[in-house]
Amino acid sequence: MSIALTSPVMMILGGVWALLALATAVVWWLAPAPESELRQRIRSWWLIVALCSLALAFSRAAALVFFGLVSFLALKEYLTLIPTRQTDRRVLFWAYLSIPVQYFWIGIEWYGMFIIFIPVYLFLLLPVAMVLSGETQGYLRAAGTLHWGLMSMVFSLSHLAYLLVLPEGEYPQVSGPGLVLFLLLLTELNDVAQYCWGKLLGKHKISPTVSPNKTVEGFVGGVLTTVPLAALLAPWLTPFSVLDSLLAGALIAVAGFFGDLSLSALKRDLGIKDSGNLLPGHGGILDRVDSLTYTAPLFFHFTRYYYF
Amino acid sequence: MGYAALRWLFFLLIVKPFLLLAVGVNVRRRDRLPAAGPALIVANHNSHLDALVLMALLPLWLLPRLRPVASADYFLSNRWRAWFATRVIGIIPVTAGGGCSHADVLGPVRDALAAGDIVIFFPEGTRGEPERLGKLKTGIVWLVQQVPNLPIYPVRLHGLGKVLPKGDWLPVPFFCDAWVGEPLRWRGDRRQFLTALAASLGG
Repeated sequence: MSIALTSPVMMILGGVWALLALATAVVWWLAPAPESELRQRIRSWWLIVALCSLALAFSRAAALVFFGLVSFLALKEYLTLIPTRQTDRRVLFWAYLSIPVQYFWIGIEWYGMFIIFIPVYLFLLLPVAMVLSGETQGYLRAAGTLHWGLMSMVFSLSHLAYLLVLPEGEYPQVSGPGLVLFLLLLTELNDVAQYCWGKLLGKHKISPTVSPNKTVEGFVGGVLTTVPLAALLAPWLTPFSVLDSLLAGALIAVAGFFGDLSLSALKRDLGIKDSGNLLPGHGGILDRVDSLTYTAPLFFHFTRYYYF
Repeated sequence: MGYAALRWLFFLLIVKPFLLLAVGVNVRRRDRLPAAGPALIVANHNSHLDALVLMALLPLWLLPRLRPVASADYFLSNRWRAWFATRVIGIIPVTAGGGCSHADVLGPVRDALAAGDIVIFFPEGTRGEPERLGKLKTGIVWLVQQVPNLPIYPVRLHGLGKVLPKGDWLPVPFFCDAWVGEPLRWRGDRRQFLTALAASLGG
């Protein structure tokens, strides 16, 4: 089951490591304090890049386990943040168990089950488990918040992993890890580009009540960085035509922005700043995968509809 | 010492991986914890996992010196549980209540401290409501007076009562926190000591 790594994936991964080395040098020069947030953030980036590279380069099974773990940590962080009812302990346990099952469908390439397991079966069955406990106080809130978490952290993020098993035959130069790398790289670079453009030129707040740091300039700068980058990377990693690669870049930039905002709204609602402290300098894991919960399913269906 | 090896393996292969993956304990100020005994680690108590978490906070090579104080009524209630609790975990069983003097109840704990062990002690006496500090019992005051200059390390635990609450056997994953507070010492004032201790345990 090992993934035949096409050399473009290796070369681009090499480029990512070089870029990170460069960013490290710049940040070390910009932020001399050893425990500054920027330095912590770079250190966490090294960890993220190393783990993603390993997962993508090793084998399909390793990549599925890795993305399953990311879903698990994200769901755990989400369920730690939101209020849950003690009567739902067993329901939450089943919700966690759905993660290996969802990634198992991907492993056996059962698309039909992968796409309905959470939105249909768990949507109906977990509330049944809640009803059987007999507690009606807070029922809608419990069922609704749990399903939102499963859809975002498990269903949406697992689309990233389904990209691994998409290409079969039609495009011999395109590999699953290549598509994953394309999506991951553009989503994260879009986040970074939005942040940098916002810091440099940001003036007009785009959504002051949800996330005061987001500006029109940051958002536009992100789109204008991500779209050409998508066109540059697409011939190496994807089967996209030039027009489609521009569209994919725009889709990732806009979707990533709203994924980020959606999680910011959640944090505002709960009255917290960071979702956790798993990744020093970033916050929790939700602070890192927020954009992906939007870009992964949207990019996946764009790719699947037009090419597979 | 076959049991020392068993305890070491139990923590290395089961407790540590479980706490890392299923729970995820975020520890703040681990550097404040003791490197050697005698020492008393005290914490708020909501879950059977509390003692395991506290034991796992310290390096593996200190395991033979770690002794959690636990209720004899519960942990010695059947042969297997008693074997596991006293041999593998290394608890000091105590029987609370019933008009006994502190010396009768906590004598073995004092002896362990005198022998240089690191004792883990829950001053509430029992597991309470999650995230609510119960009233601290007087046993702790008696105990810290027995060993001169005993350093006391308060650790505030949060979230473990959600992972494995009282009366349930199925652990459910949540992230948890452990805050190691400023070490305390007995200065002769009972009320001041209890207030400071309760404050550092989140009371």
